[in-house]
Amino acid sequence: MSQGVDVVGVYVRDQDEALAFYVDKVGFRVHTDVKNGDYRWLTVQHPEQASFQLGLFKPGPPVLDAATAQTMQAMVAKGAMPPLVLVVSDCRAAYEKMRAGGVEFTQEPVDRYGAVDAGFRDPSGNGWKMIQARR
Amino acid sequence: MTQDPALLRRLLRAKDRMDAASQEEWPVARLARVSGVSAAHFAREFKTAFGVPPHRYLLTRRIERATTLLRDTNQSITDVAFQTGWQSLGTFGRIFRDITGESPGELRARQQSESLGAVGVPVCIERAARRPQLTTAVSEKRRRTAAGIKRATNRRSE
Repeated sequence: MSQGVDVVGVYVRDQDEALAFYVDKVGFRVHTDVKNGDYRWLTVQHPEQASFQLGLFKPGPPVLDAATAQTMQAMVAKGAMPPLVLVVSDCRAAYEKMRAGGVEFTQEPVDRYGAVDAGFRDPSGNGWKMIQARR
Repeated sequence: MTQDPALLRRLLRAKDRMDAASQEEWPVARLARVSGVSAAHFAREFKTAFGVPPHRYLLTRRIERATTLLRDTNQSITDVAFQTGWQSLGTFGRIFRDITGESPGELRARQQSESLGAVGVPVCIERAARRPQLTTAVSEKRRRTAAGIKRATNRRSE
């Protein structure tokens, strides 16, 4: 077996909304979507990255108490969560496609020393940098 | 004070817009429209959420951009000032010094002699980490004085 990081999660305010965003607008696909009572384990995956899952988790009971969950929602909503980076082969093309699909971009593609990067947010407030590496 | 996440998400949109176009004018009424809240509530809610008043946040972003241009281009200091949203070279120089502790010329000379050292860190993220901090309202006080407007300063907001 190969070892390594398998799942990293982000907090989202609504899992249906997040699923629609990451699948329909960003182009990921569902890996696992399992409900157990109120708890829903939901992960998506980049189509070219079978060894990694992005978890879309809603903070709340039974994992977090209501006040802590509210705090986490607030942190996500004010953009305080750590940066996420999506690597693409053509940043401008991805930008045009995603923007046409309704993705909220925070930064248009910018050329920096031969690399191109743009910024977008998911509906909850998680911030992504979309980077096209220097050729 | 607990703020509603839905409100915070809309306030973040106003902050993002300032980030994306800090050279533009961002009066409170315009920011409030982006966030979908009344102008009366916007400034207070923004400061509660992000720790600084919206105008002060804008100044830090302008100085950050100016710093980048001074380091990475050969544009004149005048061009950098006007490109980053300042109407007057004098105001730019004063606020630049208030925030960074150096004049634009001094900073350019020093930074061009240092290289971006952090190999492996995405440049856009390293930029954000180097963002200048504006923790005092010196420049705002100056502007008010210059405009002849005497306002009581809320000490707690300093």
